[in-house]
Amino acid sequence: MDQSSAENFDEMRKPDGSIREAYSGYNQWLSEQDPARMRGKGFEAERFFRRTGITFNVYGESDAEERLIPFDMVPRIITGGEWRRLSRGIEQRVRALNAFMHDLYHRQEIIRSGRLPERLFRHNSAWLPEMVGFTPPGSVYTHITGIDLVRTGPEDFRVLEDNARTPSGVSYMLENRETMMAMFPELFTQVKVRPVSTYPRHLAKSLAACAPDCASEVPTVAVLTPGIYNSAYFEHAFLADQMGAELVEGSDLRVIGGRVQMRTTRGYKPIDVLYRRVDDDFLDPLTFNPDSVLGIPGIMDVYRAGRITIANAPGTGVADDKAIYSFMPEIVEFYTGEKPLLPNVQTWRCADPDSLKYVLDNLEELVVKEVHGSGGYGMLIGPTSSKREIRKFREKLEARPENYIAQPTLALSTCPIYTRKGLAPRHVDLRPFVLMSPEGIDITPGGLTRVAMKKGSLVVNSSQGGGTKDSWVLDD
Amino acid sequence: MLGRTANNIFWMYRYLERAENTARLLEAGHRMSLTRTADAASAEWRSVITTLGMRGDYEDHFEDYSAAHVCDFVLRSRHNPQSVFTMFENARTNARASRSAITGEVWEAVNEGWMALRDMLAKQVRESNLGAALAAIRRESSLARGATHGSMLRNEIYSFARSGTFIERADSTARILDVKYYLLLPSLAYVGTALDTSQWDNVLQSLSGERAYRWLNSGRMDARSIADFLILDDRFPRSLAFCYSALRENLSALARLHGEEGAAHVAMRQAEMALSDRRIEDIFDQGLHEFLLEFIASNQTIANTIAEEYRFNA
Repeated sequence: MDQSSAENFDEMRKPDGSIREAYSGYNQWLSEQDPARMRGKGFEAERFFRRTGITFNVYGESDAEERLIPFDMVPRIITGGEWRRLSRGIEQRVRALNAFMHDLYHRQEIIRSGRLPERLFRHNSAWLPEMVGFTPPGSVYTHITGIDLVRTGPEDFRVLEDNARTPSGVSYMLENRETMMAMFPELFTQVKVRPVSTYPRHLAKSLAACAPDCASEVPTVAVLTPGIYNSAYFEHAFLADQMGAELVEGSDLRVIGGRVQMRTTRGYKPIDVLYRRVDDDFLDPLTFNPDSVLGIPGIMDVYRAGRITIANAPGTGVADDKAIYSFMPEIVEFYTGEKPLLPNVQTWRCADPDSLKYVLDNLEELVVKEVHGSGGYGMLIGPTSSKREIRKFREKLEARPENYIAQPTLALSTCPIYTRKGLAPRHVDLRPFVLMSPEGIDITPGGLTRVAMKKGSLVVNSSQGGGTKDSWVLDD
Repeated sequence: MLGRTANNIFWMYRYLERAENTARLLEAGHRMSLTRTADAASAEWRSVITTLGMRGDYEDHFEDYSAAHVCDFVLRSRHNPQSVFTMFENARTNARASRSAITGEVWEAVNEGWMALRDMLAKQVRESNLGAALAAIRRESSLARGATHGSMLRNEIYSFARSGTFIERADSTARILDVKYYLLLPSLAYVGTALDTSQWDNVLQSLSGERAYRWLNSGRMDARSIADFLILDDRFPRSLAFCYSALRENLSALARLHGEEGAAHVAMRQAEMALSDRRIEDIFDQGLHEFLLEFIASNQTIANTIAEEYRFNA
């Protein structure tokens, strides 16, 4: 079934074929380009990525250990006006998420008020009892958030997912822009685009602003990576490099004198802020998974003593849960006192018997996701699945309904990609990156546009063959 | 700087240097074998494998010492943990693990070098392509060295990079000299006598020093002056004296940065005593083989004390 039919919002063209405002400058430029030269540029981009090592690792594919995420040369473009509206909604949502985290680990007013059922996080493995009653430095939980948005109409952006655990992909946002500027410098003189290159500087500043009281005047920030075999290692190294921070592994760190310290060539040196790209479960073998070799024994004690900042705060993964997601409109309203500016995608909670019945009756039409899942794994896309796949999924769903939510198969917007036969529409989403510190919220204009490279496909995840695009916010 | 990063950088440059030295040795062996009878060529290839310390692994897989087998084993065999490709790949892995300690230029040079060698060594290198392949290995490692020289800050990281390079190079020169000399010089009585010049050319070629040597010695070929050149001549960038002069410079830079000297500097000074104010006659009196064995051991000691001093490992 081809999903790219007329009902989808086309980011570039109106239904009558004319060019939308966002793309007018780009289209003007494109119409002046030689098609043969544009084809050559595609190869140039791939060579560039290979040479600079912008790769990601795919778990379970040993022979293709380092793969490139396909990059498409046609930018995804948003007007300044659209972005202003969007960013207000994003900021509201992130404020609410942070307040929600604080409440969840303190008085739990939202549960007392009856707006959120307690069972939702009681059985959530991302919920950490160790965080109860503890307030992180600056009261910030969600230092870095990625909000996945989809567009279904001219004014209709919706949140598909919140990523408050460890959102990834920001290095692609930055490198995609670098690549585009290297390949088409003249394009950027014709069309004014708001820069994204400020992100690493803002990240460093935002993290430093969250340093604990014991930190030195210029706080020491380090990026904790699981190591070179992690799928996002390139990004960890890239961000450390861009921030001028040390890239550390668990084996470099040790708790000495009540501080987390890193082994330098001159001895051990305390770390004030740890931007960790290691999951909660592996952070501290003394507190969580005892077999973890990626973490630092005792770091949670140091953390709870207020002598290191961990970004994001342990336990924020609760917010990524898709059952929690379904309550986000209530959560936003509860903590901000405002109506949500960005709506959710309609969601059926399979834990609820009526919803479950509806979902089971309409599996062919729906997208069903595991509440704790991520990366596009463990989900069913009804319209593109075989009878057999649906039957097997039905069994799993009936066995553990509380483990699933369902959503309508969205008419995701499309944006053209460059194919051998010219431009062709493909489905896209958008992940803006949001920084939070006591000094405020900073949203980099744009974000990461992920694109399904296969015709009609709705799966944009890089682990499932999705690609990326440079994302522009016009400086208009 | 992290101790682990210092370790990665130190070894990244050791691996690069080792890949290059191995290619040089193979190149000398190749040239030698072209002018020999089959038996002598086979002996020459055996000596290459011996010098590289790969004899055990090699003989587990091959019974003869043919050009094809030796080259394939040394360049790319998966059964050879010290193959040129593995060394280059190790260098790249270390570079990747310390991506934020090296410049983009260095990373790209190493990464592109690795990609080029991976493609070139994807299948067995035919003898007709061997020369080009060996030249490519030297070129790729030269590019990495050039990028290092031209783009890296002269800081702690650079000092570890250079220390790794010269520790490895000194080790390699000493080993080549030991194996070749030992085989070629059955007894001390030969020292100073005229020898089969092609053999000596080969020693010099293995270290890419034949032209420099001839230029400096106007064609004189004898064991004493060749040893003098390879051990004591600090103008030749692969001589032991040169390597140690460069190593000392880099260790001094580390001492300045850290505000103190340590065990590595003590070991360095001890090792240097064995070189400085020595004449080649003194070394022959002591016994060249004994001298080289001691050198290799104290070189290893310096490497170990650097690792300890600068907390390479937890």
